[in-house]
Amino acid sequence: MPFIPHSEHDISRMLSTIGVDTIDDLFDEIPDNLRCGDLEQIPTGMNEMEVSRLLRDKAAQDGLPLCFLGAGAYEHHIPAAVWEITTRGEFYSAYTPYQAEASQGTLQLLYEYQSMMASLMGMDVSNASLYDGASALAEAVLMAVRANRKSKSRKILMPLSINPVYRSVTEAIVQNQHIELVDVPFDAATGQTDLTALEQYAGEDIAAIVIPQPNFFGVLENVDALTAWATENKTLSIAVVNPMAMALLKPPGEWAETGVDIVCGEGQPLGVPLASGGPYFGFMCCKLQHVRQMPGRIIGRTTDLDGKEGFTLTLQAREQHIRRSKATSNICTNQGLLVTAATIYMSLLGPEGLKKVALNSHKNTQLLMNRLTAINGVELAFVSATFHECVIKVDADAKQLIETLAEKSHILAGFNVSESYPELGNALLVCATETRTEKDIEQFAGVLDSYLNS
Amino acid sequence: MSNTPDDRKYADSHEWALLEADGNVRVGISDHAQELLGDLVFVELPEVGQQVGKGDECSVVESVKAASDIYSPVTGEIVAINGELEDTPEAINDSPYQDGWIFVIKPEDTSELDDLLDAEGYQNLTEDE
Repeated sequence: MPFIPHSEHDISRMLSTIGVDTIDDLFDEIPDNLRCGDLEQIPTGMNEMEVSRLLRDKAAQDGLPLCFLGAGAYEHHIPAAVWEITTRGEFYSAYTPYQAEASQGTLQLLYEYQSMMASLMGMDVSNASLYDGASALAEAVLMAVRANRKSKSRKILMPLSINPVYRSVTEAIVQNQHIELVDVPFDAATGQTDLTALEQYAGEDIAAIVIPQPNFFGVLENVDALTAWATENKTLSIAVVNPMAMALLKPPGEWAETGVDIVCGEGQPLGVPLASGGPYFGFMCCKLQHVRQMPGRIIGRTTDLDGKEGFTLTLQAREQHIRRSKATSNICTNQGLLVTAATIYMSLLGPEGLKKVALNSHKNTQLLMNRLTAINGVELAFVSATFHECVIKVDADAKQLIETLAEKSHILAGFNVSESYPELGNALLVCATETRTEKDIEQFAGVLDSYLNS
Repeated sequence: MSNTPDDRKYADSHEWALLEADGNVRVGISDHAQELLGDLVFVELPEVGQQVGKGDECSVVESVKAASDIYSPVTGEIVAINGELEDTPEAINDSPYQDGWIFVIKPEDTSELDDLLDAEGYQNLTEDE
């Protein structure tokens, strides 16, 4: 039975009460040329059995390939308990509760999530999440322009070493607000943002600089120098980080003398499975002084009239249901279910567990890097410290290589970097998380060797 | 019944404007406005040196239930802001006409004050609301 509360009879009674013949008549004021008409490309509905069959068949086509692909979303082991607990009825709601304070359990969980993220990032405050990593960066850029009241330029320095998808999503969101994203090149030898290229902007009115860690190439940026540059030039700093890497590396709150102003990124590595690009969740933290410019919901802990602990939505005057068009963002909701999983994931692993995952991912990628670059026709693109990804150059067409290895050997050989960075030639971004074994890496190396050298 | 001193002028958007002996105009919000907003928790102040036009948004007061823009009642330059409000925004609730002032403008033309309501006119306005 469909979950539609109105019967045909109910609908006709409602229409006749207000003196309208059909539901379509209610939309009369929309001109014909603005209507989409019939959606001919959309197939008619299928029942549950048919849909299940279709999805099973599609999934079977993918098979279970051996994955060395990262580029923003990563295959980590997720303990079975994570989604067992997340999908309990008490948590299994993907949305911010509308009668928020009646849902103390959900609010407490979000509060715990915020505490964990703030601690992982070394920052004062976290919001209750955003849509995904790319849109979180766009929100961070908008926030920085609001928060940097001394700056009138609406110019943002955006390193070319940032994930190109993040760059294009941010561009799409901020371009109509007259915000200019200025490219900052990377050093061809190290893959790090070129500090000398920043010199031309010293003293110029710049609203904020974006600092990725690690950057899209897996390379660790010189974050202290970049953060210090921002402070010297009265520019706000926005870190875009992989949360897993922060279990191992110095968190953005401790970069340079001051720490950064805003941190954002993709939360998927924390307990969210790879699923064709989503749903994932974005995260955002900031210094306390910027909290009123922060988008998204914030949960606070308080005491009620009887002196008992309780959780509540706080600083709501920033949000659209109060501030209307002047709200800090139109995102007042969050990816509640994914955040639930991430909170449970982090609490099951603890800081030591997270650190082990990060360390093993780093170790495996080092092994992968050494093994692959020993192959004739493969070399490392950048000489730099990396976290759990690196770029290799190959003596073959990168696109064709990826397709062949996927089809013939069920190996996802990496991300084709050449499309966004033609200057790198045929290059792949490869990744080995803690889920890859020595045997997996050996298998990949063997297949790649015979593809290139036989 | 809210308090409406007759030594100053009022905008229908609930700011008061007091012409001082040095020719500058001190600005705050009325007793009626602070009552409507409830407990204030934050004030976003303009910057000293900022040029503002009559009717421009130049400050925000935020209470536990609402955030409200403050419009400049005259054209001119901001010459002082009440930095105390950053730590004690409740001064606006406790003393809207004295300690709770928000900023001081050096006006270009004091005759703009004539467009504002006097205490009686403002009182009538708030009674109609």
